[in-house]
Amino acid sequence: MASNTDFLLALEAVSVSFDGFKAVNDLNLYIDYGELRVIIGPNGAGKTTVLDLICGRTRVSEGSIKFKDQEITGCKEQEIVRRGIGRKFQTPTIYEDLTVFENLELSLPRGRDVAGALFWKRTGEVIERVREIAAMIYLDGQLDRPAETLSHGQKQWLEIGMLLIQDPELLMLDEPVAGMSVSERKKTAELLNAIIKNRSVIVIEHDMKFVESIAHRVTVLHQGKVLAEGDMQSVQNNPKVKEVYLGH
Amino acid sequence: MSAVPASHIDSRRLELIGIALVAVLILILLPLVLDIFRLNLVGKYLTYAFVAIGLVLCWGQTGILSLGQGLFFGLGGYCMAAFLKLEASSVANTKIQSTPGIPDFMDWNQLTALPYFWLPFKSLPLALIAVIAVPTALAFIVGAALFKRRVGGVYFAIITQALAAVLTILIVGQQGYTGGINGITDLRTLLGWDIRTDGAKYILYFVCCGLLLGTMFLARFVLASKLGRILVATRDKEDRVRFSGYDVANYKIFIFCLASAMAGVGGAMFTLQVGFMSPSFVGIVPSIDMVIFCAVGGRNSIVGAVFGTLLVNWCKTLFSEQFPELWLFAMGGLFIAVVVAFPRGIAGVVTDQIIPKLPKLGFWKDSDRGGHPTPAPAPAE
Repeated sequence: MASNTDFLLALEAVSVSFDGFKAVNDLNLYIDYGELRVIIGPNGAGKTTVLDLICGRTRVSEGSIKFKDQEITGCKEQEIVRRGIGRKFQTPTIYEDLTVFENLELSLPRGRDVAGALFWKRTGEVIERVREIAAMIYLDGQLDRPAETLSHGQKQWLEIGMLLIQDPELLMLDEPVAGMSVSERKKTAELLNAIIKNRSVIVIEHDMKFVESIAHRVTVLHQGKVLAEGDMQSVQNNPKVKEVYLGH
Repeated sequence: MSAVPASHIDSRRLELIGIALVAVLILILLPLVLDIFRLNLVGKYLTYAFVAIGLVLCWGQTGILSLGQGLFFGLGGYCMAAFLKLEASSVANTKIQSTPGIPDFMDWNQLTALPYFWLPFKSLPLALIAVIAVPTALAFIVGAALFKRRVGGVYFAIITQALAAVLTILIVGQQGYTGGINGITDLRTLLGWDIRTDGAKYILYFVCCGLLLGTMFLARFVLASKLGRILVATRDKEDRVRFSGYDVANYKIFIFCLASAMAGVGGAMFTLQVGFMSPSFVGIVPSIDMVIFCAVGGRNSIVGAVFGTLLVNWCKTLFSEQFPELWLFAMGGLFIAVVVAFPRGIAGVVTDQIIPKLPKLGFWKDSDRGGHPTPAPAPAE
């Protein structure tokens, strides 16, 4: 089996196949404590699938995924979340029928069992924490608004906020700036640089300008495998990467 | 800025006014204007409202459509009927049978002793516990089996419908144990108190009203809690709830069990007021009827569900007294009309169309919103 490591997250020899097609093929990926890693790659490279595997949405066919040296393959989604992994989806996945406040309140990592939810009290502490997060995601003036009336960019921020309030050690963001305006992208980059403290972040992104503005290390996926890994400079100058991805 | 959104306070207050209107209607108005025969009919309708409220919880709020709530209504009703039947089958009452002291249908089916699962129904406390516990336990088993495997949507609806059919077939087929197609009939007394007299019917009607109002407050409490918001969130984005660390299946099981327990209480009150229980209140058709009651009233509104149940049943009685063969077409048409024209039912019409117009009509000032509203239409008057 996989070795113990000093990494926060370690994927070793991970493969998954859908009807014989290997979406992820013998992948090794290590994420350090406090690291912001960007995963790029052409369409169908398996980027989203990797996040699905880590958060338990898709089961691995082979290999091992360890979070803080503990195997998490086979855990249920909510167990993985409770261990400290948060996941943002590609399209904004928020509760449209609830207000911004309620969206954030439900994401607080407390009162998660049926009885806890039934007898939940909205204490001053809860309100305080919701406001604190809302201020970070530029939504402090919108707490009473139904989430469905937010703009696309605000919905993306709200979902990031719903993850932040969980205070995960590993945050996974799937195309956080997709569909955002230029100014929203800038604010999102600031937001990401602010929230990276005390946690690791994995970001999937297509927008290379945005990647340059945030990345510490970049992993390039191609056909379910790591094609290249390193800092932005070395990846951009890598001839293999140019050929399959950046050259287009 | 308050932490609680202003619109929610308004709708919460509106709901309270709605419950008060239900209370005035069923506790004061109807008993004053209706004779005991009609009032007893209303009491029967109100027992369906327990099911409709349960459907608001699990269908309207959570998005779980159960087409088998008749199953739980029937189980509650049969548990009550079993107790009443045993009391009516005393040795003195049944001395002409070949085995005195057991229910008549058992005797007709050559049973010579009470089956073991009938024994608990000799005791009223046990029977009352069973009225809630049996439907809840079955809902728990069904819910755990399906929701843990993430069966939902149409598949869940079909399976619940199949279960309602299964129970009907079981009851009809096991005549000696269940009374078969005729049901459990000839119920007379509750601890010696004759439930067939007009006086008893009045009392049972008011007990039913009290339980219904209690059920409405319970549903209101659940929906107002964080759990209620988790249910809405599950309906919207189940994955997000799961990835916020909640075990979604547990919430669905809980609300399905609660809805089924409510249906069971309704069934028991049905048996007490109508005086018998039969498989025709268990199967697919009554289960779908109950979904229609809820849809007409507004599947997101506790108050709407009660008014919807009263309205549809009142129409049903009126229509089927005049044009018996046309009723089913009318009911089908009503359902289609509601789905097409008023997807949020009577409650939606009241909150979206009528209430916003009230200030313009001078019923109350805008500064006084929600203070002194005029009554919403009370369809069953």
